[in-house]
Amino acid sequence: MAVPSLTEKSTPPAAAAGADDPPILDVRGLWKVFGPRADRVVGTPLAQLSRAELKHRTGCVAAVRDVSFSVRRGEVFVVMGLSGSGKSTLVRCLTRLVEPTAGEVRLDGEDVLACGERRLRELRRHRFGMVFQHFGLLPHRRVLDNVAYGLEIRGTKKDGRYERAREVLELVGLAGFEGSYPDQLSGGMQQRVGLARALAVDPEVLFFDEPFSALDPLIRREMQNEVIRLHREVGKTMIFITHDLSEALKLGDRILIMRDGALVQMGTPDQVVGAPADDYVRDFVSDVPRSDVLTLSWVMRDARPGEPLDGPELAPDTVIRDAARTVLSAGRPVKVVSGGALLGVVTTAEILEVIAGPDPGNPDSPGGESR
Amino acid sequence: MTAVPTTPATATAGAAAPGSAGGRRRLRGRYLAVLILAAWVLLSVVLKGRDTLALGGAELTPLHTRLNEGMDAIDAGRNSNPLFLYFINYIRLFLDESVTFVQALISQPSFGRPVPVVGWLGVTGVATAVALLYGNRKVAALTAAGFAAFGLLGLWEESMDTLALTLTAVVLSLAVGIPLGIWAGLSDRVNRVVTPVLDVMQTMPTFVYLAPLTLFFLIGPASATVATMVYATPPVIRITAHGIREIPVNTLEASTSLGSTPAQALRKVRLPLAKRTIIVGANQTIMAALSMATIAALIDAPGLGKTVLKALQTLDVGTAFNAGLAIVIMAIVLDRVTSAAGRRVEAERRAGRARGPRARRIEVGLVLAAAAVLVYLSHVYVWAAKFPGEARLGSYVKQGAGAASEWVQDTLVTYTDALKNLVTYGLLNPFQSLLAGSPWWLVALVVVALALLLAGRRAAIIAGVSLVLLVLLGLWHDSMVTLATTLVATLIVMVLGVVAGVWMGRSGRVDQVLRPVLDAGQTMPAFVYLVPILGLFGATRFTAIIAAVAFAAPVSIKLVAEAVRGVSPTAVEAATAGGSSTWQLISKVQLPMARAGITLAASQGLIYVLSMVVIGGLVGAGALGYDVVAGFSQYPLRGKGLAAGLAIVVLGIMLDRIMRAAAQRAAARPASQ
Amino acid sequence: MAVSRMAGLRVSALVAGAGLLLSACGGAKVGETTDAQASGGGQSGCGTFNLAVNPWVGYEANAAVIAHVAEKELGCKVVKKDLKEEVAWQGFGTGEVDAIVENWGHEDLKKKYIEEQKVAVELGETGNKGVIGWFVPPWMAEKYPDITDWKNLNKYADLFKTSESGGKGQLLDGDPSFVTNDEALVKNLKLDFKVVYAGSEAALITAFRQAEKQKTPLIGYFYDPQWFMSEVKLVKVNLPEWTEGCDADAAKVNCDYPVYDLDKIASKKFADSGSPAYELVKNFTWTNDDQNTVSKYISEDKMTAEQAAEKWVNDNPDKVKAWLPAAAG
Ligand SMILES: Nc1ncnc2c1ncn2[C@@H]1O[C@H](COP(=O)(O)OP(=O)(O)OP(=O)(O)O)[C@@H](O)[C@H]1O
Ligand SMILES: [Mg+2]
Repeated sequence: MAVPSLTEKSTPPAAAAGADDPPILDVRGLWKVFGPRADRVVGTPLAQLSRAELKHRTGCVAAVRDVSFSVRRGEVFVVMGLSGSGKSTLVRCLTRLVEPTAGEVRLDGEDVLACGERRLRELRRHRFGMVFQHFGLLPHRRVLDNVAYGLEIRGTKKDGRYERAREVLELVGLAGFEGSYPDQLSGGMQQRVGLARALAVDPEVLFFDEPFSALDPLIRREMQNEVIRLHREVGKTMIFITHDLSEALKLGDRILIMRDGALVQMGTPDQVVGAPADDYVRDFVSDVPRSDVLTLSWVMRDARPGEPLDGPELAPDTVIRDAARTVLSAGRPVKVVSGGALLGVVTTAEILEVIAGPDPGNPDSPGGESR
Repeated sequence: MTAVPTTPATATAGAAAPGSAGGRRRLRGRYLAVLILAAWVLLSVVLKGRDTLALGGAELTPLHTRLNEGMDAIDAGRNSNPLFLYFINYIRLFLDESVTFVQALISQPSFGRPVPVVGWLGVTGVATAVALLYGNRKVAALTAAGFAAFGLLGLWEESMDTLALTLTAVVLSLAVGIPLGIWAGLSDRVNRVVTPVLDVMQTMPTFVYLAPLTLFFLIGPASATVATMVYATPPVIRITAHGIREIPVNTLEASTSLGSTPAQALRKVRLPLAKRTIIVGANQTIMAALSMATIAALIDAPGLGKTVLKALQTLDVGTAFNAGLAIVIMAIVLDRVTSAAGRRVEAERRAGRARGPRARRIEVGLVLAAAAVLVYLSHVYVWAAKFPGEARLGSYVKQGAGAASEWVQDTLVTYTDALKNLVTYGLLNPFQSLLAGSPWWLVALVVVALALLLAGRRAAIIAGVSLVLLVLLGLWHDSMVTLATTLVATLIVMVLGVVAGVWMGRSGRVDQVLRPVLDAGQTMPAFVYLVPILGLFGATRFTAIIAAVAFAAPVSIKLVAEAVRGVSPTAVEAATAGGSSTWQLISKVQLPMARAGITLAASQGLIYVLSMVVIGGLVGAGALGYDVVAGFSQYPLRGKGLAAGLAIVVLGIMLDRIMRAAAQRAAARPASQ
Repeated sequence: MAVSRMAGLRVSALVAGAGLLLSACGGAKVGETTDAQASGGGQSGCGTFNLAVNPWVGYEANAAVIAHVAEKELGCKVVKKDLKEEVAWQGFGTGEVDAIVENWGHEDLKKKYIEEQKVAVELGETGNKGVIGWFVPPWMAEKYPDITDWKNLNKYADLFKTSESGGKGQLLDGDPSFVTNDEALVKNLKLDFKVVYAGSEAALITAFRQAEKQKTPLIGYFYDPQWFMSEVKLVKVNLPEWTEGCDADAAKVNCDYPVYDLDKIASKKFADSGSPAYELVKNFTWTNDDQNTVSKYISEDKMTAEQAAEKWVNDNPDKVKAWLPAAAG
């Protein structure tokens, strides 16, 4: 039974450009250590210690430990992990809201960590945008002025910035609330204001730090759809933090999973679900309906000799849930075909195994290890 | 050392330690503390009277003489340092002119007219208009009534003099204090430098610097303004810094992430969000400035304070009370108006665009027009310029207060004498003999050891240095006597604070009744009630304690009430649902949960008690208070007075730091106990 | 400041004038009343006279009478400044005080400002005799007649015990303005007493007042002339008689306080100015009875200082005439 390796993976991220393009954001060996004399940790044997041990020995907290990744233009890149795993710190290091202790961050090749005050402000004003968990709206300003704030501080004239602000408010569905004050809006509406504020300056990279975790499930779903829609419409690169796996799977082209400050796995949603790197990740993904995430390429097997090969054809990146009806009603093996070549077959047995859990007699199956 | 709630350290550190080990350590600490106290009591009996470093009332140490000479040298050098002199001179001129200008407007005949530019009707009108525009209708009515009361009490001119001086000092204090506060709020380093300076400014008794001040700023409004500013500026600096510091990080971060410069973040985020807190600071500054009215009168500051002091010369309680009442009314009016203005900032934002700017503009226009008409009338017509009538109310108040004071002194004296003896013999004397009667090194050792046990190493070091300073200042014995009185007074303040504060915090009705009484206690100049309490308790330390309690208890009561009210309603609800009795609710839920507020109340109570040490010196407390008073009055004792002032500052800082560290440590304990 | 002081007078003029007008017609305009003070009131040439007013009633009596005469007879603009003694003396140096008109000793200040800085000069005695010493309330002197002799004080020490005196008799000392030798005296006379500092004149007077009213024992430091003496005539305890030099060394004092000849001090500048007010202050003398009369007007009859002065001046034209400078008289 073939479990596809990362290299074999044939489905490129949906909206991403070719994988060979230079990444828009490139992060190498990033460290952030909080605490007294934090700069004396990286590059010494102390850096090898576990987080708890380090805290005990030096009083320092290694919030981000040696993280490297790169984000492609137009990609939605999700960072996830349990509370305290260092997600917020990581994303703040990228825009230097938190000053990294060591490492490298490049935006289109430019070394962000080497920027002076002024240049950094330029980047923040024009190329980065950020949406926060607790909104961070200015309570003394009207919605319109909140949204126009980013333009205001970069010196846009009043008319110009109000016009743009109205445009963006329209985009996030808040037209008509320009004159309200933040505390007169519901949580979901406030976060739309936060989103509009970030969008108003037309940034290239948008950072979201758990933007929807303070919202109730219905509104959260609505907002997630909103982000998907926006991503489709404006096509921005997005770095999205969440500790909600279903959110990550729903939005992410790729997912980075952190634990105690370190990277434990990075990959597409189906890689993360289908091939958890360790127990931590496995635990994490155990509740996900796998049929919603995994594609046929994860469950197909080679055709056995003598098997009828006249069944319907499906692409390997078809999600299992979508393929289920076809396979179950076909009454014979379904062919998984890509570019005319037969990759394998899928039968009712494989589908049921994913949906209903593994057959006790067959521990070898893809879902075998989960509970 | 102000009313800014200091957030207690969070419990992270304590939680990390295994609970049982921490508990054992704490138990051992308590055991040790009791042991130390017992050893102290035993040793003090054995060593009684040895090494107490007592110094007679007129005796001086070489240090005091040197301080005296130093002050003489400054005095002598005053004329030979032109640069210094010019600089000071310009400041003095500016201050004098500012006050005189405001006086010309509202209190004193000016510009060749027999009356001020604006008469009573105009001033009342403008004040009411301001209250209406920045506050609300209720405080506007209060303002009108308050200003009318000044006239009815027969103290219009004096009240306006006080108002002129207070307003000038307040405006300048804010002009200096708000920028400094912002700076201290933005920079930790500045904050660290500023804090001890403010501590000194607030605890150094005014009497110490009042006389030297007149050397530089001469007798009159300038000196009075500076003296007032020294005392009144610290609150606004501290509270502004607090407000700037406490801006939610979320909001700031959002602004930074959009690329705002620090200046933009300050202007567009920090300042607007801190506005309400800054107004609270301004309110505190106004109250502090007003509380200087009487003391400033000692250097010829015009106004109500003078009336109080003059009346005191002939023990005329009625007249003193009348003027004191005017000060209280002024304080209450100013307090309510500024508080209402602070609330309005909030309310206006919430109201959003409920009322359009146009409606507001019309309202402002109408109110200002009405005020302008009143100003014009009071400028032109005698009846509106000079308060009409004979101040009947004033003479009733005088007679009533005088008679009441006499009656109280005559009829209650036997009971009060017994009370005084009970507290003095039962509590104060034993405590004092322990502190002042045992050898200094023993006391110092005990205090440092206790500080180490209860408040940690840093506090112990501060205590040690402070105690050595007291010895060096040559005023150990007096300091210990003052310390004993201070601690007893603080104890009484806290008992009152918790009892009345809980009562007030739990009932809105009680709050309504009690609050004006507390305000009066806080703002009525002590000089007004010194005579009756002297009649009741004699010239004793207990009288000083009563005066201190009258001044300090209101603050503590209010803070405790605030803290009790601040206990989350959910917790109270849960406890009530669980079937707690009222008493259980108070003792098991409301008091423990209000602990941070109660600690603050204690430290504030202590500071307020300390600020009454000098008044205590005027009524028989002796010790440091008397040293300061004598230093103000007698040329040869100036140096000693200065040393005594420094000793009070040292005591204040020492007690404050120990108490804060101890409270922090207590708060850091795991809650499971 | 100058503006505001002058104003006080104008306002009082206005009360008189405008009050009448007001009753006649409600719409009187400011400025329609003629300001009697500004136009009339004696010859000019006096200018401003800065008079320190120390905080006790006797002093205020002196100051009020001198101010009244200076204004009414000499046409001076009198600016009264309410100041404690030390600050008032300081005012000589800064040029803000022209005269102090009741000075109790203060050899140290004289040394500094008259001898060393040479900014002040002595202007002779006021005629008042200042008596300082230990006093008991009259009821005690009546009940224990021999208490007025210091030798018997130890016999009565128990009577004077209080919560403040630590088992000994309490000797209540007073207003911090006066340098006292009482601690040394108690020690050197071997008295079983402890000095307790009342801290202010108000405290001292209240204590004596209550002691007389409640018939409680009290011995304390007091002085005469003092308005309270006309309410309760305290009885002086005789200490060993004062002799020249017996109090030279503060630590070894064992005698009573000397009788002070209260005097007047003026700033050098004022003395050289040739102001008629200077002559007035220099010539001013009166008796203890005179001062007590004015003090009584103020403290008991609740007159303002101005009213009291006016009344006394009207009653004693001859005495006043003698003070006026030759030219003005
Ligand atoms: N300013 C700081 N000083 C010290 N430690 C910090 C600071 N900020 C974060 N930490 C620590 O760094 C670690 C990572 O925190 P971070 O906020 O990045 O986690 P997170 O993954 O965003 O968690 P959450 O999901 O709760 O937001 C935590 O242990 C936290 O205590
Ligand atoms: Mg986070």
